[in-house]
Amino acid sequence: MEADQPLLQVNNLRIEFPTRRGTLVAVDDISFHIDPGEILGVVGESGAGKSLTGASIIGLLEPPGRIAAGEIYLEGKRIDNLPYEKMRRIRGQEIGAIFQDPLTSLNPLYRVGYQLVETIRTHTDLSESQARKRAIDLLKEVGIPGAEERIDHFPHQFSGGMRQRVVIALALCAEPRLIIADEPTTALDVSIQAQIITLLKRLCREHRTAVMLVTHDMGVIAEAAQRVAVMYAGRIAEIGPVQDVVKRAKHPYTHGLMGSIPHVGHAAEKLTQIDGSMPRLTEIPQGCAFNPRCTRVFDRCRAERPDLQPVDGSEVACWLFEEEEKKVGYGD
Amino acid sequence: MTEQAVRTRRTVASGDETVLHVDELVRYFDVSPPFLNRVIERSGRQLVKAVDGISFDIKRGETFSLVGESGCGKSTVARLVVGLYQPTAGSLMFEGTELADHKDRLRVPEIQSRMQMIFQDPYASLNPRWRVSDIIAEPITARRLISDRPQVKQRVGELLTQVGLSPADGEKYPHEFSGGQRQRISIARALAGEPEFLVCDEPTSALDVSVQAQILNLMKELQLTYNLTYLFISHDLAVVYHVSTKVGVMYLGRLVEWADKKTLFEKPRHPYTRMLLDAIPDLEMTGRARTPVAGEVPSPINPPSGCPFHPRCPHAEDRCTRERPTALELNDGAHVACHAVEENRIS
Repeated sequence: MEADQPLLQVNNLRIEFPTRRGTLVAVDDISFHIDPGEILGVVGESGAGKSLTGASIIGLLEPPGRIAAGEIYLEGKRIDNLPYEKMRRIRGQEIGAIFQDPLTSLNPLYRVGYQLVETIRTHTDLSESQARKRAIDLLKEVGIPGAEERIDHFPHQFSGGMRQRVVIALALCAEPRLIIADEPTTALDVSIQAQIITLLKRLCREHRTAVMLVTHDMGVIAEAAQRVAVMYAGRIAEIGPVQDVVKRAKHPYTHGLMGSIPHVGHAAEKLTQIDGSMPRLTEIPQGCAFNPRCTRVFDRCRAERPDLQPVDGSEVACWLFEEEEKKVGYGD
Repeated sequence: MTEQAVRTRRTVASGDETVLHVDELVRYFDVSPPFLNRVIERSGRQLVKAVDGISFDIKRGETFSLVGESGCGKSTVARLVVGLYQPTAGSLMFEGTELADHKDRLRVPEIQSRMQMIFQDPYASLNPRWRVSDIIAEPITARRLISDRPQVKQRVGELLTQVGLSPADGEKYPHEFSGGQRQRISIARALAGEPEFLVCDEPTSALDVSVQAQILNLMKELQLTYNLTYLFISHDLAVVYHVSTKVGVMYLGRLVEWADKKTLFEKPRHPYTRMLLDAIPDLEMTGRARTPVAGEVPSPINPPSGCPFHPRCPHAEDRCTRERPTALELNDGAHVACHAVEENRIS
C-alpha cells in the first residue's frame, strides 16, 4: 500500500473519434498516475496521443473526440464524467493548463493584468485590489522584471519567453495542484527554454504542484521530469523513472528513439534510425503497434497486443520481456 | 549538360577550393512608418539590421552551419545566398562570380541553378495542387536538362528512389505524405536541378526526432555521393554538431564566433557561444541544474551600442558598451569577435 494517494489517477483511458468511415481510437487503454509535487514527462511523436491525453484530463477534448472508456480521478474524486459547469470550476482552480503557443492562450485585446485579475477573482473571493496585488506577486514569482508596470501592458508588448511566463502565472492564479503543460517550451529558444524549465521545477518544489509535461523533446524531459511515459500510436510503450528510460531504455521503440537524438560531443557518423513512420490511426497493425518497424519482432508480436508489465523498476509493454521472464522462471 | 559530364567536372573541381565567399554582407529592412506618419510624428526612418556585416568562406564538400536564436538573422543569410533577397552592401562570391552586383539574379541563371534550397516547413513548400512527379520534374524541365518526356519520368523515378521513396509515389499529391516524406520530396526536388550547393534552412525542425534522424542520415549520404556543399541553418546545437564541418554563431545580425566544429564545441571562446552550449538540455546528466541564462535577445531595430551582446554578458566592461569588436583570428583557426577574448580577460 502506498502511504500517499496519487494526485491524479488515470485508469484504462480510451479516446475515440467517430468518423464516417468508422471509429478511430486515438488513445487506447492507458493508465498512469502522478504524485503530488512530481513532474511526469509524456513523450512521443506527433499523433501518438499525448496532447489528447492532456486535453481529456482538463476536460477540453474537442468534439467529436470523446472519452469512450476509463476513469480519471483527481485526489480520489472522479472528474471525467462531471457536467460542464462543475468541470469549469475544477479547471483553473485545481488543474491549470499551459499550452504551446503563448500568443494564442492570451487575449490580445486585454491587458495582462485584467486577464490575471479576472482569473483570480473567478476562483477566489479576493477583492479587485487584493487580486491586483496578487497578480503582481505572481508576475514577480515567474520572474518578470518591473511587474508593477508590466501588469498594465498588452500581450504583444511581451517577448515570447515573457509571454510564456505570463501564461504560467495565469495557470498558477488559483494555486492548482496539477498543471498540464502541453509543449510549454517548444516555441521558445534554447536559452529561454532553460529559464522556463528552471522556473517550472522551482514552482513544483515550492508549491508541491504536480506537472504533466507533454513534449516531444527528450532533452526537456531529462532535465525536468522524475518519471517519463513514452507513447506510441495511442498506447504507453514504456513508463518509468527518467534515468532508467533515458539510459537503459527497454522497449525497442524507446531504444530507437534515444538513438535517433543527436548529441553534442558524441560524434556518430550515422544516427540510429527507426525505419518507416508511425502508423496512421486507420491502419494500426494487429498485435503490438510497433511490430512492423521493430528490429526484434517475433510471431507473438504480430498476433497479440502486449500490456504494460513491471521490468526492474519501469513498466514496459513488450513481449520480449515476458519471454525473458519465462526463461528465468524455467531456470529456477 | 549530361549527368556524366557534371559528375566528371565535380570530381576534378573538388579539393580545397572555396565555393562561397561572403565578405561584409549587409542586409537592412526598412520598417519605417508611412511617410505622412513620419512627418506628423517627426520620426526618422527605422531600419532592422537583419544582417550587419558578416564574412565567411565555405569550401567544397563542407557543411557550414549557422546557429543562433530566433531573430538573429540566420534565415536572412540563407535567403541572401540563394538570391531571394538582394544584399544592401557587401560581397557574395559563388565560385568566383560576384552575385551581389546583379540587380536581377535571374541574369546569372547558370550560377543560380547550381544552388538549391530546402525549406523548413515541408507543408508550405510543396504546391498542394501538383502531383509529386510534376514538383520534382519542374527544375529538370525549367533548365531543359532532359527534354524527352519518358526520360524525365525515369529521372524522377530515380530521384524518388534515391531519397527513399518509391517511383510510384510520383503519382500522388503532397497531402498523402507525412512530414518526413514531404521533406524527402523537397530534397528530391532540390537534387533534380543537379546542384552543387544546397542551402538548408532548418530542414528538420518541423519533424519528430526519429524522422529527423532519417532525414539527417539521408542528407549526409547524398553529400558523400554527390560531393555537395551545404549551408545549414539551425537553432539546434545538437543537430549542428552532428552535421557540420564548420560552425558560425550569429547574434543580432553578426557572426560572433566561427570555427571548426570540434574547436567550437570543445573550446568555445565567445561568452554567447558558451551560454548557448550551457543551455542545451543534457540527456547524459539527468536532473542536473543548468546554468540559467539571464535576459533575452534585444530588438534588432534598436540594437545595443558597441558589442550587441554586452547587456547579457557577464564579462562586459566599459569598452564593450562603446566599441564594436572586430573578428580576431586565433592560432587554431577560430574567429572570435569579443573584446574580453582579445584582451585575454577570459581564456
